[in-house]
Amino acid sequence: MLEIKNLHVAVEGNEILKGIDLTVKPGEVHAIMGPNGSGKSTLSYVLAGKDDYDITAGEVLFNGQNLLEMAPNERAVAGLFLAFQYPIEIPGVATMTFLKTALNAVRKERGKDELSTPEFMKLVKEKSAKLNVSQEMLRRPLNVGFSGGEKKRAEILQMALLEPALCVLDETDSGLDIDALRVVSDGVNALRSPERSMIVITHYQRLLDHIVPDIVHVMARGRIQKTGGKELAKELEAKGYADYVGEAAA
Amino acid sequence: MAAVKETVDQVAELERYKYGFVTDIESEFAPKGLNEDVVRFISAKKGEPEWLTDWRLEAFQRWQTLKEPSWAKLGYPPVDFQDLYYYAAPVKKAGPKSLDEVDPELLATYEKLGIPLKEQEILAGVEGTENRVAVDAVFDSVSVVTTFKEKLEEAGVIFCPISEAVHRCPEIVQKYLGSVVPITDNFYATLNSAVFSDGSFVYVPEGVKCPMELSTYFRINAQNTGQFERTLIIADKGAYVSYLEGCTAPQRDENQLHAAVVELVALEDAEIKYSTVQNWYPGDKDGKGGIYNFVTKRGDCRGARSKISWTQVETGSAITWKYPSCILRGDDSVGEFYSIAITNGRQQADTGTKMMHLGKNTSSRIISKGISAGHSSNTYRGLVSAHGKAKNARNYTQCDSLLIGDKCAAHTVPYIEAKTASAVFEHEATTSKISDDQMFYCMSRGLSDEEAVALIVNGFVKEVIQHLPMEFAVESQKLINISLEGSVG
Repeated sequence: MLEIKNLHVAVEGNEILKGIDLTVKPGEVHAIMGPNGSGKSTLSYVLAGKDDYDITAGEVLFNGQNLLEMAPNERAVAGLFLAFQYPIEIPGVATMTFLKTALNAVRKERGKDELSTPEFMKLVKEKSAKLNVSQEMLRRPLNVGFSGGEKKRAEILQMALLEPALCVLDETDSGLDIDALRVVSDGVNALRSPERSMIVITHYQRLLDHIVPDIVHVMARGRIQKTGGKELAKELEAKGYADYVGEAAA
Repeated sequence: MAAVKETVDQVAELERYKYGFVTDIESEFAPKGLNEDVVRFISAKKGEPEWLTDWRLEAFQRWQTLKEPSWAKLGYPPVDFQDLYYYAAPVKKAGPKSLDEVDPELLATYEKLGIPLKEQEILAGVEGTENRVAVDAVFDSVSVVTTFKEKLEEAGVIFCPISEAVHRCPEIVQKYLGSVVPITDNFYATLNSAVFSDGSFVYVPEGVKCPMELSTYFRINAQNTGQFERTLIIADKGAYVSYLEGCTAPQRDENQLHAAVVELVALEDAEIKYSTVQNWYPGDKDGKGGIYNFVTKRGDCRGARSKISWTQVETGSAITWKYPSCILRGDDSVGEFYSIAITNGRQQADTGTKMMHLGKNTSSRIISKGISAGHSSNTYRGLVSAHGKAKNARNYTQCDSLLIGDKCAAHTVPYIEAKTASAVFEHEATTSKISDDQMFYCMSRGLSDEEAVALIVNGFVKEVIQHLPMEFAVESQKLINISLEGSVG
């Protein structure tokens, strides 16, 4: 599914990622944990294709394609989805309109027929109900004045509609209370399948009580420092990141 | 095969102005240049009564004393007013009495423009309603056909070319022509008064709600020809009318001059809603060719509780100089101005409105959305004034500018004059850019860069689009997307 080899990334001359290697197979859920400033969000943005990052070395293959040469929309069409930590406001564009435009843009490029308005409404109604997204919220401009929980639910709704092969969730738990966390996690878990992979980026272990990963990586100082099973997350919860950050001083 | 198809589409896309074709039709011209004889020639061609010939001549004399205004934030080489034709008309045999007699070449032109003139085909119904639109088609200087005349006459509404109205209801024309925009008004309006060739006339009698949308479709075809239409709309006491104007012109390397005048009169409790979708040829990407659009549009809320609402979508023209205004004379009258002005390439627009509060408790609302892309320049210029007697006058103005790229410019020039302490005027203005974050977010959801810009821009202009009649709102959105093609990347 995804193969990252020796990825080095710099921003304005500062190296943020210093050689990342990561292989994600179909159906696997990987968690990347790490302290602030370790390069977790940079990795998610680089995967989605944001500008402002210099790839100084390495390559990323997504289902055999060279991901780094693709435009962000081509990556979306190929099946990559990034749930943003801070979703962006689009004033004046109703959430419903945005969802329909995005879904039909992707369907068209994937060689499928665009959905008619009634077909789309039926689909969105079904998916939004599971995520506690009201019709009223769908009429509001996307992310404008949304609460933290609403923004994250809207992200997961987009993910559910676009049916990606690889979901990258960047700090999806930030800004969520316990109830919202459960709704969002349930939404994510419903999307788990043997064909779909996920990379869950988080600072805290609590999200991983809800979205249970197959593999956990600890990232610090621009590298993956340790890889293990889900028990690794528990260990981090107890001991913190001190072991990994501490090496910097040594 | 798919790749070939794509290439063909792309090449077609490069010709982004889709109405740039020329109709090959025999035309009759007045001699080039402007003098008293030309003014008399135009008047004689129309078989006008003496008062109107005199009115034109007075305007012409006045015009000779005037100078072209230069206060707008526009730059263009001087126009040689003697190097233009002031009258061009398709040669017709006897004058069409019905659609069957209209030159098929002309009908085909309007069909190509998406304006069906055959009545049975005009069923622009939305959600099953029988919402028809009557069309007056003006080709170069003359009206070629007006549809649904009989149906309108049943309701007592007069909708016809102004040249015809001069004969059909001379007393109404004489009473109102020049009563909102006098012949002394400004350089272009005065020129128009001298040489106007045709345009639409609407009279809605007392208490009548016009049963359908009225629409005029302007088309400039001939070369080196100025187009000077004159539109006059009168809504008598308690009447209502919604009117839409659309414009296109062929793609030519020379600049063409368009100087129209529109006058609206709303009497007591009357309401006029005037919408414009202006898509004159804007010139090529280097600024060659395109229409110079110098237009005077003004509405007079003459009666108490009357209302005039302007909605405009300005996407075309090389130069736009246009300030649809409201004189709020009647007590409790209401003026509105909703505007979207888009400039791309080398286009320049200086547009806005004037709200002149004269009566008590008058209110006005201005929502202006300017979008600049490419190397274009977009200026909002607005005046809100309250006369000493305009007690409790209220205005709310919101001017938003959106910039695409870093080579374009947006300016906001609001003037406010209040001569009464009881006036409450509010002004809000914002300037923003489409942010890289917004673009990245939309693209990460599968939208191409052009789809992302179109979506964000449509969100930006939504407040104005919703004031357009439904049929035209959809068209306008498409037009906005076309206008911005090639503005990113």
